[in-house]
Amino acid sequence: VSRLSVRKTYKLWIGGAFVRSESGRYDEFGGFNFPRASRKDVRDAVAAARKAAKPWAARTAYNRGQILYRAAEALESSRGRFADGDEVDAAVDVLLHYAGWTDKLHAVLGGVNPVAAPFLSFSLPEPTGVVGVVAPDAPPLLGLVAELAPALAAGNTVVAILSESDPLRGLDLAEALGVSDVPAGVVNLLSGRRGELAKALGAHRDLNAIVDAAGDADLATELDKLAAETIKRTRHSGAVNSYEHATGDALERLEAVTELKTAWHPVGA
Amino acid sequence: MSVRTSIVWDYSPAPEATDHVRLRERYGLFADGEFKDPSDGRYEPTINPATEEPIAEIGWAGAGDIEAALRSAQAAQPKWAALKPLERAKYLFRIARLIQERARELAVVETMDGGKPLRESRDVDIPLAAAHFFHYAGWADKLHYGVNAREVAPLGVVGQIVPWNFPLLMAAWKLAPALACGNTAILKPAETTPLTALLLAEICQEAELPPGVVAILPGNGETGAALVRSKKINKIAFTGSTAVGRDIQAALAGQDTKLTLELGGKSANIVFEDAALDQAVEGIVNGIFFNQGHVCCAGSRLLIQESVRDEVIAKLWQRMRRLRVGDPLDKNTDVGAINSAEQLERIEVLVAAGEEEGATRRTIDCELPDRGYWFAPTLFTDVSPAHRIAVEEIFGPVVSVLTFRTQAEAIEKANNSRYGLAAGIWTDKGAKAFEVASALQAGVVWQNTYNHFDPTAAFGGYKESGFGREGGPAGLRPYLRIVR
Repeated sequence: VSRLSVRKTYKLWIGGAFVRSESGRYDEFGGFNFPRASRKDVRDAVAAARKAAKPWAARTAYNRGQILYRAAEALESSRGRFADGDEVDAAVDVLLHYAGWTDKLHAVLGGVNPVAAPFLSFSLPEPTGVVGVVAPDAPPLLGLVAELAPALAAGNTVVAILSESDPLRGLDLAEALGVSDVPAGVVNLLSGRRGELAKALGAHRDLNAIVDAAGDADLATELDKLAAETIKRTRHSGAVNSYEHATGDALERLEAVTELKTAWHPVGA
Repeated sequence: MSVRTSIVWDYSPAPEATDHVRLRERYGLFADGEFKDPSDGRYEPTINPATEEPIAEIGWAGAGDIEAALRSAQAAQPKWAALKPLERAKYLFRIARLIQERARELAVVETMDGGKPLRESRDVDIPLAAAHFFHYAGWADKLHYGVNAREVAPLGVVGQIVPWNFPLLMAAWKLAPALACGNTAILKPAETTPLTALLLAEICQEAELPPGVVAILPGNGETGAALVRSKKINKIAFTGSTAVGRDIQAALAGQDTKLTLELGGKSANIVFEDAALDQAVEGIVNGIFFNQGHVCCAGSRLLIQESVRDEVIAKLWQRMRRLRVGDPLDKNTDVGAINSAEQLERIEVLVAAGEEEGATRRTIDCELPDRGYWFAPTLFTDVSPAHRIAVEEIFGPVVSVLTFRTQAEAIEKANNSRYGLAAGIWTDKGAKAFEVASALQAGVVWQNTYNHFDPTAAFGGYKESGFGREGGPAGLRPYLRIVR
């Protein structure tokens, strides 16, 4: 007697919950249904990310590093879920690389300023806040993780639009991260039509930065114009397809989602 | 028996001498190492805002002039970048020295052209401009140390657009790091304050800076817009309003042109009950009345803890009434002229909105000169966080007072702004100051001081106050490309 398989319904990951699109819409990929997120889902995800932003940034750098390391562990242990083992390996390594950045960024980007006045002046990196990520179509997992990891390591929360051509890898990542220690709302992952979702994300006034790896020149121009409305930070790059690519320009990736704060404290009277 | 005579404590006029200032009647634009007539022959007067008298005629760059300057900048760039780094540094050191040597003249011209008190141009603008050139001169042969031992290259030709509130200082903030990194630069000074930038052009000549390395193209907003839209520019650095910054960001959409923006602010100056209140009052005055409040990081939202509200306002009002408003060239002047008729109108509109929306206005009673643009220092109380005067940048000598009960409320209110440029904290408790400073969404946070700047300390905003930093090693990165 053959056993009837249990089919999986893929879901969005918003605010730590696995949910269907509020719109009720879905698409199909490789025999699985997955949600086609709406603009309202984008807004919900940004709200969840904003709520999670302050406590995430307030964690110690050591703790955030531990959580990213735990995320790498969770991804490694769910390796079997992904068809391309090499891609998972690279994604795990990228997570590890950035897990180690959390407590080094300050030394590399910040420092004490020898000002010509009796003050202790120092400049330190801080997260910019909520970062929108537009993931490339391929590779669907590594291309996403390469944009997520620097934003998280720098202390931001993220709303990401997944690969449109292969969204299940991103939704699988959600399930791996969902059983790690990543707090609710720190990462929010949305599947659906990029053209629709990326613009809704780019137009959101409570988003601080857009990291776009879709490699679509028209979309990049559109996102830049939307970003100008609220002076969002933007970074465009092609899809990352190797560990070396994801980490070789780590500092630029981190700096793109980082603010530098200069504090002046009096010395003496 | 002693006889008491009343003593008049007023100051006698103490005008700075202007006889050492050698201004020409006309200044052409500066490109390819020379002053040139604008190709369309357009000259516009630059006005002393304290007298409404023209000071000199300024050649405004047209489209053809921009194009020619760009070609010259492009031609000069590879040679400039190929100089031995220490040789490049030497030019910048020379410029720094020449600014120091001509400091007095530059201070007087800055004050005449922009209306700021001589005390400020003499003690702040000009010395800091020289300091910036010194600082970045020293970086020219150490660039890779500033970017974590990466191999770097200049971007090419950079376009730099500066505002009218700190004309020479902003030119220095822009040019010094750009040149140190091996770029050539086209600087557009503000419409109302082109003079010190043109004196800087003379200094570039005197320093024998190679032709094309620096161009100074005066003009108005259209000139800046044309520069931004040129396809030959590799980077734009802009300091000015958020509205114009937004236009520039949109205009560069989809292009590889790098961009840094230093935009507006509505910065919170927070006074806690444990602060040294007299010191805080001095800081409040410096925070908002420095340069007539024409400061992007001005402490224009004064947040006072309720328990000391009345005391701080009484002391502040007392202090405000002693501010000396008038001739910017007088060494005793605290508050000079508003930079332009246009800016005066903007201030008046927002102040009227404050009154209409129900805030209580107090303006000091002082004699204002008959001619020129003036606005007397003004204090608003009974301000609600939704009032326009609590939300919008006034860019004038107007402070809006809000109150708070707890530290958490102070942070919440301070961060309740689309801007995030600067903030001040007044408290004698170290641990509290560090905690509040880290919670504020602002690029610069001053404890028990305000409006302090230094070439070694990064300056720039969060949120809609812009992105990118100026000063220190962070100020190099926007002018470099990392090769590997």
